Amino acid sequence: MALTFEKTKGLTDVPTHYCPGCTHGIIHRLIAEVIEELGVLDKTIGVAPVGCAVLAYDYFSCDMFEASHGRAPAVATGIKRAKPDSVVFTYQGDGDLAAIGTAEVVHAATRGEKITTVFVNNAIYGMTGGQMAPTTLPGQVTETSPYGRDTQLAGFPIRVSEMISTLEGACYVERVSVDSVKNVLKTKKAIKKAFEYQLAGKGFSMVEVLSTCPTNWGLSPTEAMGWLRENMIPYYSLGVKKDIAGEVK
Amino acid sequence: MPSQEVVFAGFGGQGILSMGKFLAYAGMEANLNVSWLPSYGPEMRGGTANCGVILTDEAIGSPVVTRATSVVVMNRPSLEKFEHMLESGGLMIIDSDLVNRSAERTDIEVIRIPAQTLAERLGNKKAANMILLGALVKRTEIVSLEVLLRSIQAHGKAEFFQVNKRAIEEGAQRVPLLAH
Amino acid sequence: MGNKVLMKGTEAIGEAAVRADCQCFFGYPITPQTEVAAYMAKKMPKLGRAFVQAESEVAAINMVYGAAGTGVRCMTSSSSPGISLMAEGISYLAGAELPCLIINIVRGGPGLGSIQAAQSDYFQATKGGGHGDYNMPVFAPSSVQEMVDLIQDAFDVADLYRTPSMVMGDGMLGQMMEPVEFREREPRRLPEKDWAATGLLGRTKHNVINSLYLEPEELEQHNTRLQAKYKTIQENETRYELFHCDRENDLILVAYGTTSRICKNVIKAAEKDGIKLGLVRPITLWPFPDQAFEETVTRTKFGYLSVEMSAGQMVEDVRLAVNGRKPIDFYGRTGGMVPHPDDILARVKQMVLEGVSLWH
Repeated sequence: MALTFEKTKGLTDVPTHYCPGCTHGIIHRLIAEVIEELGVLDKTIGVAPVGCAVLAYDYFSCDMFEASHGRAPAVATGIKRAKPDSVVFTYQGDGDLAAIGTAEVVHAATRGEKITTVFVNNAIYGMTGGQMAPTTLPGQVTETSPYGRDTQLAGFPIRVSEMISTLEGACYVERVSVDSVKNVLKTKKAIKKAFEYQLAGKGFSMVEVLSTCPTNWGLSPTEAMGWLRENMIPYYSLGVKKDIAGEVK
Repeated sequence: MPSQEVVFAGFGGQGILSMGKFLAYAGMEANLNVSWLPSYGPEMRGGTANCGVILTDEAIGSPVVTRATSVVVMNRPSLEKFEHMLESGGLMIIDSDLVNRSAERTDIEVIRIPAQTLAERLGNKKAANMILLGALVKRTEIVSLEVLLRSIQAHGKAEFFQVNKRAIEEGAQRVPLLAH
Repeated sequence: MGNKVLMKGTEAIGEAAVRADCQCFFGYPITPQTEVAAYMAKKMPKLGRAFVQAESEVAAINMVYGAAGTGVRCMTSSSSPGISLMAEGISYLAGAELPCLIINIVRGGPGLGSIQAAQSDYFQATKGGGHGDYNMPVFAPSSVQEMVDLIQDAFDVADLYRTPSMVMGDGMLGQMMEPVEFREREPRRLPEKDWAATGLLGRTKHNVINSLYLEPEELEQHNTRLQAKYKTIQENETRYELFHCDRENDLILVAYGTTSRICKNVIKAAEKDGIKLGLVRPITLWPFPDQAFEETVTRTKFGYLSVEMSAGQMVEDVRLAVNGRKPIDFYGRTGGMVPHPDDILARVKQMVLEGVSLWH
C-alpha cells in the first residue's frame, strides 16, 4: 500500500490530551513540521508553558523544558544564552503570556532574544476551566466574567502582537488564525518565517495564533470556528504587525 | 604586637574610603592581617562616609570597629559620632580646616592639622586625606611610611602619585610639631 | 603571603565564580550585592560568557533554570527580598534537579527592611522558602577567603547531586575587603550531564527538564528519590568548625558567618575573666551539623548560646541537635544591628556566673 500520510518526526507518538476540536494539536503539528523541514530538529529546544499546553513537552520530539507559569521567555533566554547555536521556541497561551508572564515576554522581545514565541490566543483560560483571560473580549461570558466582560471593572483585552511590534528588539510579529485550511497554511508559513528569522539571528520573533476552545466556550468545534471568525478576528486583526525586512502590509 | 583599629570618617568625595584602602593595602604588604569595612547604602550617597580598617598580627574577629585605637575625622558630625568610640589613650586626628572644635575628651591624644590649607599649598586640595593618613601612619607606626607609599604607588592612580607622596610626607612632618 | 589580593566580598564572589567556570550570570540589582552583577558584567563578555541583567529576580531565576537545564554552570545573586521573589524558581530547580549557584547577601527584613547586614533568612534558606519537600545545600562563609573557597565547593556540590546550592553571606561580608588568595584546587570527580536538554545532537530520545508529575504514585517516587539524595548530602557534605572545643568549657557559643567572627573576639575577651568558651561554627546551614553537638555536648558545663543576627532562627536547629541534653540560650540582634562583643559577653556572664537563662 502506498504511504499517503506520514507523521512529522518533530512529534512523538504520545497521544495528546487535548479536548475534541481543540486547535492546539494543529498548532503543535505546524511547529513540528517547520522544525523538520528546516532541518533543525537536532538542535531545537522547546519550552512548554503552564496552561492547557503544559504537557507539550511530551508531544514534541526535540529536547524540552517545562517552565513555571509565564516564565517561558526567561527560561528560553537562559537556554539561548547558554547554547547560542540552538534553536529555541516557547509555546504559550494567553494566560501564561499575556497575564502572569507579560514582563518576561516584553523584556525578551525588547532584548531581541533570538528565540521564537508561538502565542496561542483563545480568549479564555482553558486548563482551569474557562475563566476570563487578558484577551477575553468585551462582553464575553466566562466563569469569572459571568455577566460578560465589563470593561469598566475588568479592563480591556490586550492586543499582544501590536504591543510587541512596538519594541525594537522584535524582528517579526504576525497574527494568524487556524479557523480555516487557508489560514492554517498561512499559520505554518508565519511560523516558518519566525524560525528562519531566529536562524538568521535577527532578533525576537512571535506568531500569535487565534485559536478556539470549544469546551470552555460551550460550542461545538464547528461553531467555535465560526465564533472565532465573527468575534475574534474583528478585534484581533490578522496580518504582519512587524517585519524588519519591511514587508508590513 | 602591632595592632590598629581605625575609623576614617567625613563627607563623601573627600577620599575617606580610599584612605582606608591604602592603609589596608599597606598592612597587607607588611604581612599583617587586614580588613576594611565601609558604611554603605543611601547614607553613602547622602553625604557622610566612613570606613573601619583593622590591621593586626592576630586573627581578625569581627571587622566592625567597636573600640577604635585611632579615628581620623574630616567633618564635625564625624567627630561627634566617633569621639566616644575611641579607646582611652587613643589617637584622634582632626582636619582643623573643616572641624571648628577640638575633641572634648581629655584621655585621648589629639592631632589637629589644617589639611585643606596644606593640600592647597601642595597644589591639590584633594590630597588633604593623604596628609591626614601620613600623620596617622607616622604617629602610630602601624606600618612604615615606605610601605604606605609603595601601596599608594601600586594601587593608586599614577598621575596622583607625586602629589600624594608629598602629602603623606607633609602629614608625617606635622606629627612631631603638633604632638609634642 | 602568596598571591594575596585585597578584594571586596561581592567582587571576590564574582571572580571565584568566573574561576569555577561559571558560563552564565543572570541577576537584578539589589543592595548590598549589586557589585556581584557589576563585576560579572565587566568580566563575562570578555570571556565569551553570558551576562544578562534580567527584568526582575523572577526572570533571573528562570533564566538560571533555562541555562542550568542545558548543563552549563550558571548562577544568580541577590539579597533577601530578591530571594523571596526567586523562591518559586528555586523550588522548580530543586524539583527538576538542576545544578546552579544562588548567592544571598542577606539584609534586614521583613519586607523592604533595611540594607544592613542580617541573618534573618536562615529559615528561608534552610527550611524551604519555596513550596514542596525539598532541601538545598546552604554554605555560610565567615570571611572573604572562605567565600571564595565555598563558591567552588557549592558549584561542585550542585553538579554532583543535581541540586541548586546557595552561598549565604550578609551585607557585611559582601561589603568588606579582606586579602584573598585564589588557589588552584583539585577538581572533584563530577558526573556527566547526560540528562541536559542541549538539543538532541544525535540522541534518539529527547531530554525533558521538568518537575511536573501528574500521577501521585510517580510524584511520590520522585520525592522518595529526592529524600534519599538529601540523606546522602547530609552524610557527605556537612561541614562545621569547632573552635576551642577540645577542652572542658563553661559554655559553647554557636554562630555562623559574621557573628561567628564576633564570637571569636568574645571567646578571647572571656579568657580574661577566667571564663572558658568554645564555638561551634556551622559552615553548612543545611545540612545542619548535628555531629558537632555530639562531639561537644559533654564538654560544656552550661550548654550552648546561639548568637545570631536574627530573632532566633538557627537556635531551633541547635535545640533539635542537643535534644534536651543541655540548656540552650539565645542572644540576637535584628534589623541590621550587629551584636556587640561586650553585650554577648554580658549574656555569657549572666549564664555562667549567675546561672540566668533568658530564652524559653
